[in-house]
Amino acid sequence: MADSMTGLQPQDAIDTEMQVISESYAAGDGVETQPRRDYAPYRSSRLRHPTKDLQQADPEGIELWAPVFGARDVGELESDLTIQKGGEPVGERMVVTGRVLDGEGRPVRHQLVEVWQANAGGRYIHQRDQHPAALDPHFTGMGRCLTDADGTYRFTTIKPGPYPWKNHHNAWRPAHIHFSLFGTDFTQRLVTQMYFPGDPLFDRDPIYQSIVDPRARERLVAAYDHDVTQHEWATGYRWDIVLTGSHRTPVEQDTAEEAHA
Amino acid sequence: MTPVPTPGQTVGPFFHYALPYDGDTELVPRGAAGAVRLHGTVRDGAGAPVPDAILELWQADAAGEVVQQAGSLHRDGWTFTGFGRSATDAAGRYGFTTLSPGAVPGGSAPFFAITVFARGLLHRLFTRAYLPGASDAFLDGLDTERRSTLLAVADESGFRFDVRLQGEDETVFLDFGDE
Repeated sequence: MADSMTGLQPQDAIDTEMQVISESYAAGDGVETQPRRDYAPYRSSRLRHPTKDLQQADPEGIELWAPVFGARDVGELESDLTIQKGGEPVGERMVVTGRVLDGEGRPVRHQLVEVWQANAGGRYIHQRDQHPAALDPHFTGMGRCLTDADGTYRFTTIKPGPYPWKNHHNAWRPAHIHFSLFGTDFTQRLVTQMYFPGDPLFDRDPIYQSIVDPRARERLVAAYDHDVTQHEWATGYRWDIVLTGSHRTPVEQDTAEEAHA
Repeated sequence: MTPVPTPGQTVGPFFHYALPYDGDTELVPRGAAGAVRLHGTVRDGAGAPVPDAILELWQADAAGEVVQQAGSLHRDGWTFTGFGRSATDAAGRYGFTTLSPGAVPGGSAPFFAITVFARGLLHRLFTRAYLPGASDAFLDGLDTERRSTLLAVADESGFRFDVRLQGEDETVFLDFGDE
């Protein structure tokens, strides 16, 4: 029954829907690696997913290439989200680093990575986020960097807090950082979210659970890494990202890499 | 062993202070020689405008060449990089100022490559906006009704290309064999 104050369905109802989908998936023998776009427990998806089959297409022309970003696009300091507003933001300072790889395991070199996130109290600096948690005058929660020659990205930030949303009554998102990634081909474009190990909200979150394969959704969970943690400064997390495969031929691939060298 | 791709997730409702940037929709300055508008409205399965979508455009230049130049995030005013972004407004409208992509070798029709992200959309969608009247082997292989969703419509400012996420006139979205 919907909550009498909010008119929203209870968590139990969402949990039951997710459970049914999960059991149905487990009973089949398919292996899914991506979220389902049609995932009713995430209410906003209901009118925003295609109902017709995607059209198979061979990537052609422009789709075999990705935009190029360089030093003129991204400043060195944009990867540190703790120094953007003239003071130390509140919260657990952390470093998050990892590699961006293509579907063959090759590093995606010198490519743009963008992140955005809530502050330590779970509040976004966005006019649509009006829930009663403090804004942090020293934190905007967005950053950019370019991967290095090894495909490695690295951000210094604050661990984001979980936050409430209106999917259902008492809905809370697990803490996460939004990531935006480019590969060497247009077809590899990816926007996703990185989560933290052991979050108690995983089982109750329909966005995370829209990836119905348990092993697939665990690929979005960063690992705590003590070698990334810095003495008296920041905790460290490691998260690698794998894009889909490149459709370009090796000759074209080599040319692109030389152009970046 | 081949690594398994990382799953996508929705762009959510809070991307506006992160993904858009100054000059994101202007691949060329307004009024530049050859400048055209590529614009439209994003609608959901009920026909309602989607005010929290963001579209990315990636395209060849007017000569049909793929450009591999940095500078999309800080445009210098004269380098055409071929990339842009447009968040939809309260009425679900997006719009770019750009160049019409030139003919490409091999007989395929040129198109604007478009990626769609939105709150409520759990994984990005790819589509193509072809120029009005375009025809090639790929387009000719589609049902007439479905094909029309990939054809931009000429108007006074350039091209209108509406995106329908769901429904009878749902846009043709593409799977490059990676889905």
